[in-house]
Amino acid sequence: MTGSATLEFRDLARGRALQARLERLLAGAGRSVTVMHVCGSHEQAIARYGLRARFPAGLHVQMGPGCPVCVTDTPEIDACVALAQRGLRILTYGDMLRVPGRALSLEDARAAGARVDVIYAATQAADIARESAEPVVFFATGFETTAVATAAVLLRDPPSNLYVLSAHKWVPAAMEVVASSPDTTIEGYLAAGHAATITGFGLFEAFVAKHQKPVVVAGFEPLDILSGLVLLVEQVLASQAEVVNAFPRCVSRDGNRRALGALFRVFEAGDGEWRGIARVPSGELRLRPEFAAHDACVRFAAELGAAPAVALRADAAECRCGAIMIGRLQPTDCRLFGTQCLPQAPVGACMVSTEGVCRIWHEHGLGAAGASA
Amino acid sequence: MCLGVPGQILEVEGVTAIVDFGGVRRLVALDIVDEAVSVGDHVLVHVGFAIRRIAPEDLAETLAFFASMSEGEGESVGP
Repeated sequence: MTGSATLEFRDLARGRALQARLERLLAGAGRSVTVMHVCGSHEQAIARYGLRARFPAGLHVQMGPGCPVCVTDTPEIDACVALAQRGLRILTYGDMLRVPGRALSLEDARAAGARVDVIYAATQAADIARESAEPVVFFATGFETTAVATAAVLLRDPPSNLYVLSAHKWVPAAMEVVASSPDTTIEGYLAAGHAATITGFGLFEAFVAKHQKPVVVAGFEPLDILSGLVLLVEQVLASQAEVVNAFPRCVSRDGNRRALGALFRVFEAGDGEWRGIARVPSGELRLRPEFAAHDACVRFAAELGAAPAVALRADAAECRCGAIMIGRLQPTDCRLFGTQCLPQAPVGACMVSTEGVCRIWHEHGLGAAGASA
Repeated sequence: MCLGVPGQILEVEGVTAIVDFGGVRRLVALDIVDEAVSVGDHVLVHVGFAIRRIAPEDLAETLAFFASMSEGEGESVGP
């Protein structure tokens, strides 16, 4: 997008006008409103542009399970650590290195001599395998936006020594868990624009019909988020529940059918644990049997089965990432936040990733004495 | 990893494009982009794959949408 268009998405006067509209809505309502966004990129933008401090009193914007790094469960990390410790070459996205498993992270394994390399594009996994004579394991993580890339790599005549260890997840399944939670206080959802670029906004219609809570698909510039919140709060206060697409430059009703087609040719949805949250029905994306030749779980089943059980590190029991990710607690409600749990020494996954809400709050000084959270 | 980055296509060769991200050039795969793209188009890119062509008319539509959203909020709205 051109520089001038980018600046228009951050136009201060329009931003202030949208803030004023939010304030007027909340003041007229005479009650508070609690909504959830489901994307680390939304939280980053909210923190980076200082939006949270400018939200009107009474508007509570929680971050939901929108950080793929944070919801990757400890056994998934442990499986990858086990393969790394067996001497296999591991490729993964940089965010995953420091996510704690039950005992070790991939970075710990690397410090002890394991070969773990960071890649930035899914295509690099195939390129590196092609230049190698040994098995290469791609620890593939993330929501539908990265899962479609993994799928495309496996549909592109991949080298026979490339094995995918999939921890991919399907984000609409997590929204379902939050909305189905009997004590949820969430009145509306700001859906992640980039994930919806793949799935389309039509996907949320069944969710809205079932839960009678509005969903607004929003982008990641300040005006995207503010206008998305206006549309969401208006619906909440009018007791309406509809899907609204506030990100039309990237999201269509049907999404990217070509990418979705690739995704479900390669993956199928299965149930699985999301770290600290719950068993999420249909939240996991697993390789279909047709791709067993590239499935690390199949190729290295013996190695994974033989991995010794590891004890959970002691301080992890106090970690509140799970309650934070479903919007029940804020980072500052966790005793470890900013004390024992820090970006350089994370206990919980939410402090690891630049998309994790604890890390974002910590880096922007939110929750510190006197700061507005 | 989930960060989507918009960039502009400089060259296309087969299913690969050279894309400019504000001065940084990268190879981007076009296997799963939603519609045909050509030089000059903007695309949204995730982990090396273009996932959406951002049409100029869609940009204009969004800017018009912001304008309509912030209307009637007094003098703070710029020209």
